[in-house]
Amino acid sequence: MNMENHMKLTFDAKSANEGFARVAVAAFAAQLDPTLEEISDIKTALSEAVTNAIIHGYEDMDGGEVEIECYIDGATVEIAVRDHGRGIADVKQAMEPLYTSHPEMERSGMGFTVMETFMDSIGVNTRVGEGTEVKMTKTIRQK
Amino acid sequence: MQLSYHNAKRTLVAAVDGEIDHHSAAALRQAIDNEFLKTKAQNIIFDFSKLRFMDSSGIGLIMGRYKLLAPVGGKVLLAGVSPQLDRLISISGIYKIVGWAKDVSEALAKL
Repeated sequence: MNMENHMKLTFDAKSANEGFARVAVAAFAAQLDPTLEEISDIKTALSEAVTNAIIHGYEDMDGGEVEIECYIDGATVEIAVRDHGRGIADVKQAMEPLYTSHPEMERSGMGFTVMETFMDSIGVNTRVGEGTEVKMTKTIRQK
Repeated sequence: MQLSYHNAKRTLVAAVDGEIDHHSAAALRQAIDNEFLKTKAQNIIFDFSKLRFMDSSGIGLIMGRYKLLAPVGGKVLLAGVSPQLDRLISISGIYKIVGWAKDVSEALAKL
């Protein structure tokens, strides 16, 4: 199977949109005929990236938008989650398991670990004061 | 979410349906903690058999209840964990601090 497809979503950085973003990306990825487990992996990783954009990217900022861009290339789905918020000063620290800048919100500090575990690859581009882009890929196994 | 209290075991059972994400976690936390105050429960069983989705916000919710109960010797048990949810919980490492049971009755028996 070889196909190329692309979609782009933009929505307000509000937590009420987290569920919408998961469902939209899962529906787009569904054309690769993933297993329930693969779809669940994608939804979970996406949820972590979108949550980070909302609570860290736009922390203490008035509004803002989250962008999701997905590509399908062969059996691989690539998902980019972008914000135009604060950026991450120390990416290495942010990606450490159990590190959270928000213990009072009961954040577990597992977001990046979940993305790394449930997806095949993850990359982070960030610039302080400009925003963050998280790019993840997952190849759907052929049945 | 359905909350019920088992007096004999001083245990709150939180049957969480729907989804646990950053958006829903704060309300769930508040409802559970209100019930803790009301019932003076010492333990909590999370019944996840009807849960449709959870991300790491749920890990934070479980860890937070553990931190509340551990100082008074209380226990946190997870019941009805699907294979997919089990992967998330396993990578978080919280099985080191919370118990696991097939269902709520097995969890109650462990207390």
